[in-house]
Amino acid sequence: MAYKSPIEDTQFILENLLPPHNKLDNSTIYAVLEEAGKLADNFLAPLNHFGDKNNPILRQDHEVETPKGFSNAFSEIAKGGWIGVASDANYEGMGLPLRMGAAINEYWHGANMSFSLCSLLTQGLIDAFTLIGTEEEKKLYLPKFNSGIWTGTMNLTENQSGTDLATIRTKAEYDGKNWRIRGQKIYITYGEHDMSENIIHLVLARAEGAPEGIKGISTFIVPKFLKNKDGKYTKRNDLKCVSIEHKMGIKASPTAVMLYGEEEGAIGYMLGEEGRGIEYMFIMMNRARFDVGLQGMAISEAARQKALEYANMRIQGTPINREKGTPIIGHGDIKRLLLSMRSLTEAMRALILVSSEIMERSHNGDTNASLQEAFLIPIIKGWSTELAQEITSNGVQIHGGMGFIEETGAAQYMRDARILPIYEGTNAIQANDFMFRKTLRDNGEAAKLFLTQMNLDCNDNPQITKMIKLTSSTLDYILNNRDDQELLSCICFDYLMGFGYLVGGWLMHKAKIKANIKLSNNPKNEIFLKSKIVSADFYNLHILPRISTHLEIVKNGANIVKLTKDSYI
Amino acid sequence: MKILVPVKRVVDYNVKVRVKNDQSGIELDNVKMSMNPFDEIAVEEALRLKEKGIASEVIAISIGVTQVQETIRNALAMGADSGIFVEVKDTLEPLTVAKIIASIAKKENIDLMILGKQAIDDDMNATGQMISALLNWPQATFASKVEITDKIAKVSREVDGGTENIEITLPAVITTDLRLNEPRYASLPNIMKAKKKTINEIKIDDLKIDITQKLETLKVEEPSKREAGIMVKTVKELFDKLQNEAKVI
Repeated sequence: MAYKSPIEDTQFILENLLPPHNKLDNSTIYAVLEEAGKLADNFLAPLNHFGDKNNPILRQDHEVETPKGFSNAFSEIAKGGWIGVASDANYEGMGLPLRMGAAINEYWHGANMSFSLCSLLTQGLIDAFTLIGTEEEKKLYLPKFNSGIWTGTMNLTENQSGTDLATIRTKAEYDGKNWRIRGQKIYITYGEHDMSENIIHLVLARAEGAPEGIKGISTFIVPKFLKNKDGKYTKRNDLKCVSIEHKMGIKASPTAVMLYGEEEGAIGYMLGEEGRGIEYMFIMMNRARFDVGLQGMAISEAARQKALEYANMRIQGTPINREKGTPIIGHGDIKRLLLSMRSLTEAMRALILVSSEIMERSHNGDTNASLQEAFLIPIIKGWSTELAQEITSNGVQIHGGMGFIEETGAAQYMRDARILPIYEGTNAIQANDFMFRKTLRDNGEAAKLFLTQMNLDCNDNPQITKMIKLTSSTLDYILNNRDDQELLSCICFDYLMGFGYLVGGWLMHKAKIKANIKLSNNPKNEIFLKSKIVSADFYNLHILPRISTHLEIVKNGANIVKLTKDSYI
Repeated sequence: MKILVPVKRVVDYNVKVRVKNDQSGIELDNVKMSMNPFDEIAVEEALRLKEKGIASEVIAISIGVTQVQETIRNALAMGADSGIFVEVKDTLEPLTVAKIIASIAKKENIDLMILGKQAIDDDMNATGQMISALLNWPQATFASKVEITDKIAKVSREVDGGTENIEITLPAVITTDLRLNEPRYASLPNIMKAKKKTINEIKIDDLKIDITQKLETLKVEEPSKREAGIMVKTVKELFDKLQNEAKVI
């Protein structure tokens, strides 16, 4: 059995944990999920292992060939209108709420993360143009992106500028008519490929005469093909892919080194205002980080399914109190691993989808929702991608020796997942962001609001209320030590993880309540609902205790890190 | 030209079917249901005829419990223009289904009916042929290629010896085989549009046909399990077993 989009759980969460949306009834939700699931299962999943083995090729003419079948699969997704699911209907998007975009994105990434990065990046550009673009730019670019005829990339990183973008050296000079871009960018996902007619690069560069540091950076639209005299986009711009990276995972996704302006300078158009490049990137960054957290959840689900299938088939040793011939799923420790994979993945899915609804409100100008969104983003990115490491690794573990052999595909999930805590802001950045911007900047207000809400929702769950109290007192500790930033930076990771597990527990508790109500009405999906309750109970007993470990580290573990001299490390 | 495509809701082809404990039928609770794959091919063929300008309208029909409307919706999402839903609580035998569809085909002035050669639940392979007989229309079953020009359908049929090419005059019934086409995936815009398309409900009483069931299901059971093999010691023993136990030589 290959990957199957987890439609039942998506549907359960959308219907039970999110407030309804006036554009969506349950049958529409189901029809959309069902069809997207079919595409993901039938088109993308079969290409996942193949792409890992047959990587993109950079040709002598600087064009990149993606693995066989990718181009066809991309046009199938694009033709079906699936790229612009949640984008503005005035520019040929589908105009569905973000929750549907998020739900469907899980299936793409679960089926084939390497492949789906191309549409993910393109969706990022759709967001950028929707927020910042002029009317003219929107009319030109958005329909092309929504239909997948053009795709997009983000060009931030340079050799010396990774996390610190203030040191960017790529230059933009105005020649009286156009901006000319010159410089080299690295780690450009789908920077060159053969799946679309044109590739639009968003490039961070320093305009001539601009100040040093982040205030001097602007964003430029740099298309691979420019408009020719005949109105067609066939005129090659002065940019090329000079290399693609050999990577540990997501191998089917071409990660390009892009060279701009080797000859006359690549023609670029400034997006938005000069000097606001970093600010724009941060607007988009929220969505990008959300998407990376979503990838963590999606690949965890895929790893879980594979491990479950193997555990149901592999016979090795007779499990205690079971009859001979029982597969390894009967062993207590294998059951434990599988349950933890399931319950963590479901908690992540709940977090992602519940947050997508908060983001819908935030985009509509609800300032309260914006605060909540800002608070949740580092948890979504940091916590989910850390869990993805554990879950994909457990997926390998359940396969035993076969997990270490590439043939099973379990190892690929683990390698693919490894990029997630790194890109779009490492998890160290997430943890610092969570501590300093999201918690201390508003004196812990947002954190306290969440704790109050959780307390209300979980007053009948002693395990969670205990952890809420513990988190509360930890928050006090953090607020009391707010002046010692070095100290707090040493334990911000544990604070993030502790809070993440708590949010997960809260949502699993809510899911359990709903599942119980449904079960009392003689439902058709009894097995699913009972599994949901098991997942929530397992979370309570096996996952929640992790919170106290993390929070104990927050309270007691900072000084040993802070005071240790580098030479003792 | 109006095409009617009957679509049946069946247990999804990925699901391993289980017999109900009381042996009265197949377990349908907790089971994923989908459109019969052969019917998907039928919808696809009808849509292609419409896209070529040969057909003007494609109507999907299904008969059964309320949920079969989801299956009609699937056909609408693929691109069919409208649907017809006939509500029936019980499982119907092919002849009753054929009678209902035939009477609706007459009412709707249908020129061509395309349906799956069989449904993957009971594999009856009967409804198409029965409709053809009831309406006295020509039939082309197991179609792997269909070309239509001026009321004539040239159909290649999958038969035991290979392919048989026949011509039939419309109105007619065509039943689809696997090689006819590869059904499309519904696009997102079409899924959303399908919500607004009409599904007309027809009451079975209004059709004034005799729906008395003539078949009775006594018992449903699983095929007997394959028994474990044994190792024989000599060729002579094998020969003996084949001759005296299996009685095959």
